[in-house]
Amino acid sequence: MNTPIRRLSVACLVLFLALMGNATYVQYVDADNLNSEANNKRVIDDEYSRERGAILVDGEPVAESVPSDDQFEFLRTYPGAGLYAHLTGYFSYTYGRSAVENTENPILSGSDDRLFVNRVVDLVANKQPKGGSVELTIDSNAQTTAAAALAALPAGTKGSVVALDPQTGAILTMVSQPSYDPNALASHDFGAVSEAWTALNGDPAKPLLNRSTQEILPPGSTFKLVTAAAALDQLNLNPASVVQGGTELSFPGITYTLPNSGGGNCGGDQITLEQALNVSCNVSFGSLATQVGQGALEEQAAKFGFGDKLIEGLASNASRFATDGSELELPQLAQSGIGQFEVAATPLQMAMVAAGIANDGVVMKPYLVDTVRDPSLRVLDEADAEEYSRALSTEHAAMMQQMMISTVEGGTASSARIPGQTVGGKTGTAQRGGDLPNLAWFASFAGSGDQQVAVAVVVESATATDDISGGRLAGPIAKAVMEALVSS
Amino acid sequence: MTETTWVPRKRRGAELVLTVMAVSLGVFAYCAVGLGAEGRVPAGAVGLAVTLVVVAIAANVLIRRFAPYADPVLLPLVLCLNGLGLAMIYRIDLGLSERRDNWTALAPSQLIWTGLGVVAFAVVLVVVRDHRRLQTLTYSFGLAAVILLVLPLLPGIGQNIRGARIWINLGPFSFQPGEAAKICLAIFFAGYLAEKREALALAGRRVLGVDLPRARDLGPIMIGWLVSIGILVLQRDLGSSLLFFGLFVVLLFIATERAGWIVVGGALFGLGTWFGYLQFSHVQRRFEAWQDPFGDPDQNGQIINALYGLAHGGLLGRGWGQGSPELTPIGYSDFIATSLGEELGLTGLMAILVIYGLIVERGLRIALTCRDAFGKLLAAGLAISMAIQVFVVVGGVTHLIPLTGLTTPFLSQGGSSIVMNWAIIAILLRISDQTRRPAPPVEAVTEDEATQVVKL
Repeated sequence: MNTPIRRLSVACLVLFLALMGNATYVQYVDADNLNSEANNKRVIDDEYSRERGAILVDGEPVAESVPSDDQFEFLRTYPGAGLYAHLTGYFSYTYGRSAVENTENPILSGSDDRLFVNRVVDLVANKQPKGGSVELTIDSNAQTTAAAALAALPAGTKGSVVALDPQTGAILTMVSQPSYDPNALASHDFGAVSEAWTALNGDPAKPLLNRSTQEILPPGSTFKLVTAAAALDQLNLNPASVVQGGTELSFPGITYTLPNSGGGNCGGDQITLEQALNVSCNVSFGSLATQVGQGALEEQAAKFGFGDKLIEGLASNASRFATDGSELELPQLAQSGIGQFEVAATPLQMAMVAAGIANDGVVMKPYLVDTVRDPSLRVLDEADAEEYSRALSTEHAAMMQQMMISTVEGGTASSARIPGQTVGGKTGTAQRGGDLPNLAWFASFAGSGDQQVAVAVVVESATATDDISGGRLAGPIAKAVMEALVSS
Repeated sequence: MTETTWVPRKRRGAELVLTVMAVSLGVFAYCAVGLGAEGRVPAGAVGLAVTLVVVAIAANVLIRRFAPYADPVLLPLVLCLNGLGLAMIYRIDLGLSERRDNWTALAPSQLIWTGLGVVAFAVVLVVVRDHRRLQTLTYSFGLAAVILLVLPLLPGIGQNIRGARIWINLGPFSFQPGEAAKICLAIFFAGYLAEKREALALAGRRVLGVDLPRARDLGPIMIGWLVSIGILVLQRDLGSSLLFFGLFVVLLFIATERAGWIVVGGALFGLGTWFGYLQFSHVQRRFEAWQDPFGDPDQNGQIINALYGLAHGGLLGRGWGQGSPELTPIGYSDFIATSLGEELGLTGLMAILVIYGLIVERGLRIALTCRDAFGKLLAAGLAISMAIQVFVVVGGVTHLIPLTGLTTPFLSQGGSSIVMNWAIIAILLRISDQTRRPAPPVEAVTEDEATQVVKL
């Protein structure tokens, strides 16, 4: 009977080897996959028990972990409450992470490969591993100014402000109103967190939405900047070139006409391009759009970033010139040329248009994270300015700058004038279908040399009034933010 | 001419050294759990250390006295597992008492059961002086096994826990008679097959390359086995069904030395599985949970949590008291292997599997050296049932095979399991003592006298 016993002992060995092989697979090969499953409470608990790194703005934490004496060792707190909510995102036990809390999680939680040495040192010293910190590109002064300016509008007004450094693409300001308090989601009182979550998601004003990058809205007349840039290039124009003016644009064989805002005249049937931009003449730009053609206009828009998710690390939607693959009819093309019909852009996108013009035609890739540091604040990684595209030639960029400056000095954008500063701007008042109130837009730049900023503002009133226009509502906000940035 | 017969060394001293190491490991683990989870050495550390030392010394003395030639490795291995299991159950007590309002600590009762296990160990060692005496009770053990298996089905004392009706309630104690039935059945199979092995192997017709035994030879054991399996199916105890079936086929194979039995057994197992899958919704659920546990996270929380725990442990583990094994449902019982994998890592889990491997290997070694057929079959049956049980439960909780409920010998919380497994070790030690003990001195016979008998 020994032969079968010997054979069976080999079989037992095989069984145990199978167990060991499988254990190796689960605990070593597949471990990373399992650890990254969204509902893995162990990993979440582990993150919660570690000291998570801070998110800094101007050296001050806007998200930090403070010691807590309840079931977890640390509580994530957001000293700025709603001011930086859409940038930091939230860090919730139940609902996970968003925005920078999510994209920079490896550094913040301390699991990043660059922190490997720190982890080993902590292990040897028997210390809890600490996360590294992340410094944002935001200017706290301008951020506060922008949020205050939006908050000063009538109750229920939605809006967004984005400011960029045109030369680097660094995001200097990004405010979205209404905002929310991430502290409510990071709380250790899970019942309250759940209530807050339900309330935030059920709110029709969508406070969790980052309007600066996620909400695409018709940009109205601010899109004329794109049309003008395309016209300079395609039709070989200059600011003094004569373009069609008048009260309305008609199309051969169709009864529809494209009127000016308020039905006025642009100052003659034949006006200069500069004048057309100064008074935001719909007829001129509608006509230019039809001359440039859909392809060239779409291409020009794409150079500024339309059709692309512009930023990594924040939830964002791509701006749109027209529905993919659609062929616009002439009146539709004319409407698109003045930022209506299907054109829709995020505030970040319009800030990039202004920034590209201010930066002599070169559009930079926007970024939010300036430096990444280890727990001892040593810089591990610094953001590099990266070129997104060349949207227009230096020569044409200079022309665009000149026309935008004259629009501020003597045109519809005069509300953004800052004494002692060079300011260029373009207003926009976009109509939306149905009973929705108009949108007020402003795209602008200010400063010179190394101290330049580009700002886009959108204001969405809660109730329809005749008073909504880019110049009146959005211009002063852009001005305040630009002042805060160029004078600091 | 004098011939010195080779006498195996007793190795009791080596056993004591290993026992001290094993007990220290358990006590250190217990202290480390307290330090890791609460930052201080647990209050019961001295009590536990004293209890384990007393248990170890008592077992060692008992073996010296009653089974001096027994295998010296088994006891330390078992003490090591038992100590680690206690530490892990204590660790989960700490975790669950923090998360639940009224959690009754399981470690103290496990410690008591460990004591009772050693008592069972002593009783078997003292009462059964020769394992061959068990063979005379073959049919009694067969009947006992069936009765034990039926008990949970009786109204009043039977209990339905987590879908399986395999517990009985006697006053304050709840007991899993299946654990005791496992030993009874092993004795029954071994006794019967030892007696009938020639008849089974040789008489009968050959069909499809397999020598089929005569019905009257195979009959009784088939009936015993079918009754057991039938009851287990009624109780929905998949793990034990698999274990008993495996034991049956393997012993038949050893007794007859006919590999055909493995083939037939495999085919029957396949058929049974297929039938079970078609017939029973709980079998289907287990199978689906195995194929795609993440497809239905609410339903398969157990296995998903177990996998998360293992992954969280990684290569080196979180350390005693530093993981979250209390998140895995019943992480102190069926899933204790993954709890250990989380806190001790792949390294620790491997070490535990090696300990089981060594126990099985020592058992099979005893079977190989045993001189009588019954002892051979019994030792092999007990060793292989240990291997099957570890494979089924550890393979189940680590997602190698579909999940079936079984206890992890010596580690899992649960009185019946601890006590019966200690009894199994006592039987193995008894057989090995019998095997390695030098033959009793024979009256010296001179050559002259011997040759006188035959006259050429």
